[in-house]
Amino acid sequence: MDLTAPNAAPSAHRASAANTILPLRVEGLAYDANGQRLIDGITFTLDAGPRTVILGPNGAGKSLLLRLCHGLIAPSGGTVTWQGATGNADAATHQAMVFQRPVLLRRSVIANVVYGLKLKGTLRAERAEIAADVLARTGLARFKDTPARLLSGGEQQKLALARTWALRPQVLFLDEPTSNLDPAATHAVESICQHMHDEGTRLIMTTHDLGQAKRLADDVLFIHKGRLLEHSPANAFFETPASGEAAAFLRGDLRW
Amino acid sequence: MRFTKSLIPVIAALLFTLNAHAADDKFITVASTTSTANSGLFDVILPVFTKKTGIEVRVVAVGTGKAIRLARSGDADVLFVHHKPSEEKFVADGMGMKRSDVMYNDFVMVGPASDPAGIKGSETAEAALKKLAAAKAPFASRGDDSGTNKKELGLWKAAGINPKTSSGTWYRETGSGMGATLNVASGMNAYALTDRATWLKFKNKGDLAILVEGDPKLFNQYGIILVSAEKHPHTKTALGQKFIDWIIGAEGQTEISNYQILGNQAFFANAKPGS
Amino acid sequence: MTDISAAFATAIQLLITLDANLIEIVGLSLQVSISAVALATVIGLPMGAALALFKFPGRGTLTVMLNALMGLPPVVVGLVVYLLLSRSGPLGVLGLLFTPTAMIIAQAILVTPIIAALTRQVVADLWVEYAEQMRSLGAGPLRAVPALLYDARFTLVTAVLAGFGRASAEVGAVMIVGGNIDHVTRVMTTAIALEVSKGDLALALGLGIVLIGLSLAINAATFTAKQRAEAAWT
Ligand SMILES: Nc1ncnc2c1ncn2[C@@H]1O[C@H](COP(=O)(O)OP(=O)(O)O)[C@@H](O)[C@H]1O
Ligand SMILES: [Mg+2]
Repeated sequence: MDLTAPNAAPSAHRASAANTILPLRVEGLAYDANGQRLIDGITFTLDAGPRTVILGPNGAGKSLLLRLCHGLIAPSGGTVTWQGATGNADAATHQAMVFQRPVLLRRSVIANVVYGLKLKGTLRAERAEIAADVLARTGLARFKDTPARLLSGGEQQKLALARTWALRPQVLFLDEPTSNLDPAATHAVESICQHMHDEGTRLIMTTHDLGQAKRLADDVLFIHKGRLLEHSPANAFFETPASGEAAAFLRGDLRW
Repeated sequence: MRFTKSLIPVIAALLFTLNAHAADDKFITVASTTSTANSGLFDVILPVFTKKTGIEVRVVAVGTGKAIRLARSGDADVLFVHHKPSEEKFVADGMGMKRSDVMYNDFVMVGPASDPAGIKGSETAEAALKKLAAAKAPFASRGDDSGTNKKELGLWKAAGINPKTSSGTWYRETGSGMGATLNVASGMNAYALTDRATWLKFKNKGDLAILVEGDPKLFNQYGIILVSAEKHPHTKTALGQKFIDWIIGAEGQTEISNYQILGNQAFFANAKPGS
Repeated sequence: MTDISAAFATAIQLLITLDANLIEIVGLSLQVSISAVALATVIGLPMGAALALFKFPGRGTLTVMLNALMGLPPVVVGLVVYLLLSRSGPLGVLGLLFTPTAMIIAQAILVTPIIAALTRQVVADLWVEYAEQMRSLGAGPLRAVPALLYDARFTLVTAVLAGFGRASAEVGAVMIVGGNIDHVTRVMTTAIALEVSKGDLALALGLGIVLIGLSLAINAATFTAKQRAEAAWT
């Protein structure tokens, strides 16, 4: 995999203060389903810059929180606001999300990337070149014309990432992107994330994998039973968790 | 929607070719009966007319009742059927211009060769029908308001029998064309009334044979009528009249008389000269 | 028994002599049924997709109706189209009765519910899988329609084939609106009905065998192509 391809794509997408959608302000966020409160009064602000990892046991509400932030589901209460200069209006076009199980279209690898660009409104003439570039960067170039659904699990997740990378989003949500992958594929996905971060994409990732969290987190949101229990820098969180639940989670004996 | 978009020219092309086909206006539509069409007469005489005049004749072959209804709706230019009372009513109602005799053949009563009801050799159709009713022998009726069906019902009436009260027992109404009804009769060894031409041409006779024929009441007259343009202005009266003039004229009449099925003359031309 | 063997002999003879009448009839059958299916596809795909993706008043009723219409008897459709196209009907001025176009219209009405109902089902299933990813990429249901139809293409081919099967097999509708006019609107099924009515069961069955052969060939070709493509793309 050649992550430092010399023809580095335009990094002009790096958000400047003038056109950023960040910071993200979440206030009193709540989500109910079937009369149950699944997300309960979550408030935080995420500024441009660091990599945020949302930690918590299975069923804590991490995925719901990401989907609420990304606007895929509507909150039952509270607000999600993009407070940057760009404002809320077209905030959606500057975000992307990678799902736990990649959803690939039934067409070739490169066509999947091109489709994302088409929806974003990228000029037709530029799509192929951008797509080829991200495929090269993610080590998928040789699968260019392979039907996407024939790729291995790891390759599929890399393709999902490549598809979002091509969009140069300001903010990328990742929902346990490596939970179904082997260590090598996990490593590859983490590297891609790191490169997107280096290019200026704001990463917000959920995981229940402590090792991954330690490798990637600059700051941590710790969720338990739909509530935000901690929001602290990674070092502080891992060394001196403030809540008993977080401490138990770090010891590996938090029951949910 | 690349996929569906690509279909549009295909459809347009197909519809176009089909309409180009249909747009050729030098044709008339003749509503006629299955018996005439199935006899094969049209296959022989229409090409002669078309060759001479360049007018294509499109025959829609249905029962007489339905043919008249088609003509009433304006869906045919010429009506060529065989039930004089209905035809005269059609003209009287102002739907048609004038009725002309064209030809006749006759009806025959067919049934199983073993003839369990013993109608063979009956002098009259009425006598035969009375025997059938008495024996409750299976009888397959068109039951479709066709010319043959109207004829058959007239014969029952003359015999003083109402077979409809036995419908579903020995009296079976197929509600279909002549051929389909003969298939039923052949399949269940039932008696039936049929026009001779259809019978001669019919291939699935099985055990059936002609049992009663020759009664003047079995006479089957065909008439032709030009649909009036008054109710339906689009009617192709000029072309239709040409066809009528030809078929009741010398050439058409000769063609009809020359038509044979298995060596038998099928129809007897009897248009009145100058009519 | 003799009829059946005679039928096979007739079928073979019709085929090897490339009987001119047969070719004309088969040609018109294909032209009519393919046009009808194409028309039904253009209407049925968007209709099915709309039913799958959008909530609008009457959606449930429409879905139930569509499913019920799949079983509509061809004669009823034929009758309705006849009443519409008859010179005394509302569309009589078009002069379409007893033309191939009338037959295409009738068959398209028969086939559209099949294609729309199957499209609705497959698109709805795909949407469950794709919805969030599509919305994340910036496509609501409307923008996603082409991609959904494209990704459902193999199932949709089956739907279209099912439609073609119904169109090419039906006789009730084309008989009424076409009139079974020789050289103009006579297709395989009406020719078969005619031969049955003439009592020429062998010729009728022979034509039937040709029709089955044709349908087999079309289905086999599509099936093989689909099988190959699907193995690669699913
Ligand atoms: N649509 C829904 N209806 C009911 N319960 C839901 C729904 N979506 C999620 N949940 C429940 O909400 C809780 C949080 O889910 P999720 O956010 O997926 O957890 P995780 O932290 O593992 O990602 C779980 O108990 C899950 O079963
Ligand atoms: Mg989750």
